[in-house]
Amino acid sequence: MRLRRRRRENQRLMPIKNQKDPARGVFTRRALLFMAVQTGTLGVLAHKLYQLQVKDGDRYARMAASNRVSKRYLAPPRGRIVDRYGIALANNKENWRALILPEETTDVAGTIERFSTIIPLDERDRARIAREMRHQRRFVPVMLRDFLSWDEMARIELNAPSLPGVLIDVGTRRVYPEGELLAHIIGYVAPPNERDVAHSALLALPGMRVGRSGIEQSQDEKLRGTAGSVEMEVNSVGRVMSELNRIEGAPGTEIGLTIDRGLQQKVLGRIGEQTASAVVMDCRNGEVLAMVSTPSFDPSLFDSGVSHAQWIEWTNNERTPLINKTVAGVYPPGSTFKPAVAMAGLQSGLFSPSDRIFCPGHLDVGGTRFHCWSRWGHGSIDLHQALKYSCDVYFYEMARRIGMDRIADTAHQFGLGTTLDIELPHTRTGLIPTPTWRQAHHHHWNGGDTIVSGIGQGFVQVTPLQLATYTSRLATGRSVQPHLVRALNSEVGPQATADHWPELNMPEKYLTALRSGMFAVVNEQHGTAPKARLSLPGVTMAGKTGSAQVRRVSRALRESGHFNSANLPWEYRPHALFICFAPYDNPQYAVSVVIEHGNAGADAAAPLARDIMTDTLMRDPVNHVTPPPESVADAGDIE
Amino acid sequence: MKFHKRLLRAEPSFRLLSKLWRISWLYVLLICTLAGVGYITLYSAGGGTPYPFAAPQAARFAVGLVLMITVAMLPPKILVRISWPLYLLSITLLVAVLHMGHVGKGAERWLMIGGLQVQPSEYAKVALVLALASWFYRISYARMGNPLWLLPPAFMVLLPVVLVLKEPNLGTATIIGGIGAAMFFAAGMRLWLIVLLLLPVPYMAKFAYAHLHDYQRARITTFLNPESDPLGAGYNIIQSKIALGSGGMWGQGYLHGSQGQLNFLPEKQTDFIFTMIAEEWGYVGAITVIGLLLVLILGGMLMAIRSRNRFGRLVALGISMNFFLYCLVNLSMVMGAIPVGGVPLPLVSYGGSAMLNVMLGFGLLLSTWVHRDSRFGESEDEETT
Repeated sequence: MRLRRRRRENQRLMPIKNQKDPARGVFTRRALLFMAVQTGTLGVLAHKLYQLQVKDGDRYARMAASNRVSKRYLAPPRGRIVDRYGIALANNKENWRALILPEETTDVAGTIERFSTIIPLDERDRARIAREMRHQRRFVPVMLRDFLSWDEMARIELNAPSLPGVLIDVGTRRVYPEGELLAHIIGYVAPPNERDVAHSALLALPGMRVGRSGIEQSQDEKLRGTAGSVEMEVNSVGRVMSELNRIEGAPGTEIGLTIDRGLQQKVLGRIGEQTASAVVMDCRNGEVLAMVSTPSFDPSLFDSGVSHAQWIEWTNNERTPLINKTVAGVYPPGSTFKPAVAMAGLQSGLFSPSDRIFCPGHLDVGGTRFHCWSRWGHGSIDLHQALKYSCDVYFYEMARRIGMDRIADTAHQFGLGTTLDIELPHTRTGLIPTPTWRQAHHHHWNGGDTIVSGIGQGFVQVTPLQLATYTSRLATGRSVQPHLVRALNSEVGPQATADHWPELNMPEKYLTALRSGMFAVVNEQHGTAPKARLSLPGVTMAGKTGSAQVRRVSRALRESGHFNSANLPWEYRPHALFICFAPYDNPQYAVSVVIEHGNAGADAAAPLARDIMTDTLMRDPVNHVTPPPESVADAGDIE
Repeated sequence: MKFHKRLLRAEPSFRLLSKLWRISWLYVLLICTLAGVGYITLYSAGGGTPYPFAAPQAARFAVGLVLMITVAMLPPKILVRISWPLYLLSITLLVAVLHMGHVGKGAERWLMIGGLQVQPSEYAKVALVLALASWFYRISYARMGNPLWLLPPAFMVLLPVVLVLKEPNLGTATIIGGIGAAMFFAAGMRLWLIVLLLLPVPYMAKFAYAHLHDYQRARITTFLNPESDPLGAGYNIIQSKIALGSGGMWGQGYLHGSQGQLNFLPEKQTDFIFTMIAEEWGYVGAITVIGLLLVLILGGMLMAIRSRNRFGRLVALGISMNFFLYCLVNLSMVMGAIPVGGVPLPLVSYGGSAMLNVMLGFGLLLSTWVHRDSRFGESEDEETT
């Protein structure tokens, strides 16, 4: 007891003496060691923090900025396509769709899976989404579903918290209010394929479309516009907190066509069920006012994807609905070629309009007999009569004498067998054959080839648009090019004025001779196309018939006297053609009509051309700034 | 001084007053300051409103403050007595949480007791500190040389470590192991024994890695190369680093940290709260908070050294070590220096269990300080020697 008390007193008097308590000494030393370690480690952390915050601060600040700014590209609206009066032919309609931004969701597959429980996705959708995901960068949104209804949109909005990265966006869908009426001219659009996207990053945006035919294809670059972008502050689950910066893109250019929608409709109505093509042109400046090819197709079917059965039906149809026959259909021009041959003859200096040729009903060259369409012949006739009666022998003889090269040269000047500047894809050039061309294909050019070419048969092939261009050039003496684009964003281009087009290198007197011959065809007694005579007061028209054989008529059949092409099966009947321009004394409009297997140009094509020309003259689209009322047929409008 | 001595010898009611007087109110002020930092940061994390984080946290802190002062009044005699029941209770809770705990983030971590979320692993730390201090106090320094006397406390450490690993909460298990090791060392474990035990550690680490859960291994992998999976497992580390870095020297301003305010930061109100501080207050603010933490740690250690009884010394050291390891793991984690684990920043992070556990610890620390001159047990020590 005493001992203990003494010790207690000792300790109370003396300060801590570690030596007296080994346990406490060890503890203190080791605790001090701990304190040093603690200070050291927190010091290291403070240093590390200094590096992160101050030394590398700029780098992380930049990362922070990109972290919260999400840049999204805005697809520009595709330009409209309108007719010459501004009536919409191709338009954009609102289309609500659901997109997913892969970079804003940590679990893309899971999000899509949850989405599909709200809005079902079929196998085709999934395959497409997977494909787009693979090929696109993470900041480009991928479309999940489009054409959403209000109800579906509400369901997505309601489930938004479980769908990070999913956004609803209003896009546009291409609509063609006129449907089949202008399908060949306007064409259609389709989603871009991988090759398109490789060419233009703009096309990677959802909702972008690429023109696949017609004006939509040829004017695709202009219609597309330029993309805008919007920068948004977003949180980590992709919810937009605020919009920081917006750069509006430029919408696509509005393309104003030369087409008069009302006239187009009338022409289509005139053609009816026939497989035919018709072109109405302003022969002074080459504006295509109507361009009809029947049968047609419904372009809206391409919007959601054409079914295989539908495609087979289209491609196997012998009436070729997908092909625009006015630019891609080639036909022997038949007798409509004769004015071109006549011009070649006149220009050669070997013929004058008054030179006469005797027609006995046939021409024998080198043991081969070439028949005139009239078995009894036309007797001794000059150029005027030759055109009026459409005498074959006259032009056989002319072709034989001047040679093929001269004919081809003149035909090319008229636009036949040449590539025209029309703003349409998939056009065909046709052919004006020459000995050189024939030899290039390792064949011998026979004299007979030149002779049949004189009446537009044999190897000669032209398109209906070339025929209309040829007629226009013949009527005005100007080297007009047919075109469909009249205005860009309502601004009319220089090609709309006649002076824009250079004069043809053909003497006016020869052109006058041809025009008068064509006038006789329609208006004089014994002309081949009396049915083409206009019934409008004070207006006359000039034209030329053509019947193009698609099969050689055997001599035996012809001589049997029972030959009547109307009795042939449809596909062997000759094509019926007619070209014309009006008014005769002051040409304004040119029309070409080709009725496939229509038999005789004078009976089938001429009346149709007359009706089309009548409609054109009554509407007179060239001299009207606004479309004339559909029902009024006021003859007073016509000069 | 005379007045003070008289108080000590006074009646029990006066003794309580004198004990209150002996509490280090400076230390309490520092604790309140740290909690205040937590409050204003949680206010910002809530988007500039007291709800849902700041206000409940303040209420919890008030409860914790009362708890702390109460515990500070308890003399070592009582603490030694309750240490064993507390330890057994905490082990029971750890076993219970494995069987009927609530799952959070791939780990069973909490129990619902009377409408309160309780994380047994948090209480296990405090209970272990008390139990170990109690054991080492009883066996005295002399027996530290005999490894046989160290086997029972080693088992006492390993039991909660294994149970917490099973939850599985790697971060907390590491802290528990760390506390145990620190207390063994401070209690006077012989150096030769320490060296002997450290030799097989590399082999054990290899073995441990093979038995980690997939998500724990993912943490280690992404820690080594966080950019390998920027939107997946590496997301937290990258976003956290971006937030820290974008703070710069002076910060983006209170309530204006873009990463935190725009929800890029994962768990910004709990584990990653430090990144919010660093983003809004910059390096200056962050280093101030680290300084405050260090002062609290070193203050606790000094209290341990100052104590005149072995039990108090060990308790104070264990608690300070716990607080230090908390801070170390959390700060290293948000800076991307160690794999991510669910360890909050004490007093600042949002959460009830961690807050009450920390305040309980500070209560024990202050109790040591209040009873620093009590020579509880020292005489018995010498009698046995």
